[in-house]
Amino acid sequence: MPAPSQNTSRRDIALAALAGITPTPGVSKPDPIIVADHVVRKFGGLTAVNVSHLEIQRGAITALIGPNGAGKTTFFNLLTGFDQVDEGSWSFNGVKISGTPPHKVARMGMVRTFQLTKALYRLTVIDNMRLAATKQKGESILRAALPFLWNDQEKAATARSEELLTRFKLIDKRDDFAAALSGGQRKLLEMARALMVEPELVMLDEPMAGVNPALKQSLLGHIKDLREDGMTVLFVEHDMDMVRDISDWVIVMAQGVIVAEGPPNIVMRDKAVIDAYLGAHHDSTLEQDRG
Amino acid sequence: MDFIFIAQQSFSAALGVNTIIFALAAIGLNMHFGYTGLLNFGQAGFLAVGAYSVATLVVSFNFPLWAALLAGILNSVILALLLGLPTLRLRADYLAIVTIAAAEIIRQIARSATFNKYLGGSDGITGKFGKDFFDLNPFKDGLDTPFLRYNGNDLWVVVTGWALVIVVLFVMWLLVRSPWGRVLKAIREDEEAVRSLGKNVYLYKMQSLIIGGIVGSFAGFVYALSRQSVQPDNYGTALTFFAYTVLILGGAARVFAPIAGSIIFWFLLVFIEQMLRQAVGAGYIPEWLIGVNQVGQIRFMLVGLGLMMLMIFRPQGIFGDRKELALDARA
Repeated sequence: MPAPSQNTSRRDIALAALAGITPTPGVSKPDPIIVADHVVRKFGGLTAVNVSHLEIQRGAITALIGPNGAGKTTFFNLLTGFDQVDEGSWSFNGVKISGTPPHKVARMGMVRTFQLTKALYRLTVIDNMRLAATKQKGESILRAALPFLWNDQEKAATARSEELLTRFKLIDKRDDFAAALSGGQRKLLEMARALMVEPELVMLDEPMAGVNPALKQSLLGHIKDLREDGMTVLFVEHDMDMVRDISDWVIVMAQGVIVAEGPPNIVMRDKAVIDAYLGAHHDSTLEQDRG
Repeated sequence: MDFIFIAQQSFSAALGVNTIIFALAAIGLNMHFGYTGLLNFGQAGFLAVGAYSVATLVVSFNFPLWAALLAGILNSVILALLLGLPTLRLRADYLAIVTIAAAEIIRQIARSATFNKYLGGSDGITGKFGKDFFDLNPFKDGLDTPFLRYNGNDLWVVVTGWALVIVVLFVMWLLVRSPWGRVLKAIREDEEAVRSLGKNVYLYKMQSLIIGGIVGSFAGFVYALSRQSVQPDNYGTALTFFAYTVLILGGAARVFAPIAGSIIFWFLLVFIEQMLRQAVGAGYIPEWLIGVNQVGQIRFMLVGLGLMMLMIFRPQGIFGDRKELALDARA
């Protein structure tokens, strides 16, 4: 990615890159960070995911939407190694990562959050953050009992954690247990913690679920900031206002298959999408079901 | 009633050999259960492996004691690998099932007639396998004060045992406050989250199982050496659950909890027994209510009652933080 000049934001660059693309399922992108082929996951007789081809554009915010049970979260789990596919393969930055265990996927720079927030409750907020720092010497059993080997690194991780906590307005909660945070604050903590891994691709599974409207605005701002900082964002969401507001590209899944993709304003008028998903309610905000 | 005698017996027990054994067993469990959230219900198996390694290798195979101790540590590592390799990728409950079964298998093998020649069957092994250890004893005369009383051999076990406990505890303290320990605590909270942050959860759980198992085998060494004998039925499930009692009494995931829990547990057990025995002997408790032969059982009932009260009024244990315990109820 070229660095943005003063007048062009990363948003403009992402939109320009995606501008000329035909909005059809499986269309190829100029600079894909993820390329998936023939990804199939079956649960007994049910085919939860059946994606024949998909590319995710680098540097853009891509939304993955679809009705409950469409296979969005399953697809997320497959891409990040948390679930095993029956068929298919995919690559991240041109490297094939299908079959790679989740911790290795994360180390490669592809970090996810969860639909049901996974704050580590009986760890303090700052420890939640420090945990996520990468390549920590003190995490090896051979060095753990010798603090002088990792003290400097720990200080650096603490400083970076505090910086991120300040940005996410959680610094006041630094020494509280994560369990003492509100639902929305836990979402913020989870996102901040994911950033400690220094990811290239951030995958957010329903970042807005259970977040109050005031906090929603700041969460939206944070997600846009991720793109401006040069990261790629892929998120699953039910909140249509949010999808319209922040995504550069929208992918629609229904019954495991990608039925449409394209820029938000075009996709939301797509007949297939309205039939498969939006129904008569496409103008109103959909219920935030956890599905 | 002879209160001096009661005090002497109780305090000697509070700092005695059994306290050391259960403190070590509980330190191992604290690593497994308290910090990593691993439900190891087979800690008795690790103690048995430690104890039998020493007794069998010295008595039947003429190993020098130091080599038998090293082999005991190695064997406990092998046991941890055997238990962990198939189960640590699965949900937590599988480890619980496998460990409780494994500890029973070890006990049954030790009792079996097939290996009678080496393991001594249900009688176990009695012999002078601790000779090398007791030869080093500088306190041959023992200790006899109004509060503490040990014979020569016991005093040597107590002194070296507490030294061992302190060293083990210091290493534990260093480990759990390190980034390594932080990963363990995070795994206890939610292992998927830890995976999503790029940590190899399986590796950490295995390391925790091995370290806690080695400390368990230390408890087995003390058990075997202090009695100069090993008996298979000492390593039943009751031992594991007493070790859990000691740990939870002190407060799980607190470094000093196993020591405090063990001291209190053994103090109470002996204190109640001696009180009852003397009270029955002196006629304060009528014979029709509690007979002399029933004291042994009744002390366990009373200790159990006491522990229930503790769990009701102080569920977090002696060192625990009630606020932290409340966080367990996931929002």
